[in-house]
Amino acid sequence: MAKIKVDVKGQTCPVPLVECRKALRKASTGDIVEIEGTHPASKKEIPMAVKALGYKIVSIEEEGSTWKIKICKE
Amino acid sequence: MEDKDMQGINPQKQNKATIIVHSGDMDKMYSALIIGNGALSMGMEVSLYFTFFGLQRLKKGGLEKGSLSKRHMMGLGKMMIKKKMEKANVASLEKMITDFKELGGKILACDMTMEVMGVKREDLRQDLISDYCSVGTYIQEAMESRITLFI
Repeated sequence: MAKIKVDVKGQTCPVPLVECRKALRKASTGDIVEIEGTHPASKKEIPMAVKALGYKIVSIEEEGSTWKIKICKE
Repeated sequence: MEDKDMQGINPQKQNKATIIVHSGDMDKMYSALIIGNGALSMGMEVSLYFTFFGLQRLKKGGLEKGSLSKRHMMGLGKMMIKKKMEKANVASLEKMITDFKELGGKILACDMTMEVMGVKREDLRQDLISDYCSVGTYIQEAMESRITLFI
């Protein structure tokens, strides 16, 4: 089970969502995708996409204006 | 009563968005590609139908050539918006169309527009285009779509 890190800090719509999807497509079952960004709306929208795709949110952390979302490709 | 012919539509395939890209304006190209990429990112299938002025953007070197739909001011408005977009770190149309293809999005070119406007296949970026078609293909896909837009 690999851990894939995606850095979209400073990126705006739709890049965080698109990069998240690209990483999830490349990931294998059981892998963790960890995406870190600053675009406020994406913090809400990435979990929406994860739910629509049928994957699992492991955690959502926030520090200042930076958020980190961990997703498990089940 | 539901038309009997409508029963042939596969409900499994309804997680789809079809967008007609009729305008070649720069801002509307952004709208089409942002929505298309967003839908792909959320697990939908997406088809973009490029027709009329939209099709001009699929010409070699044509993607970024559209004017602004409002306040273009002979290019000055577009220049100002481009500067602001750069400052906000908005991705280029080239990145968006590359991502769109990578995520499995389909790009369709309208063959009637090609005939009317004298556009040949070799004038277009054939690497991006999945198929050349007309209205029947759009309607077929639109019938199976939850989202259809005309931009």
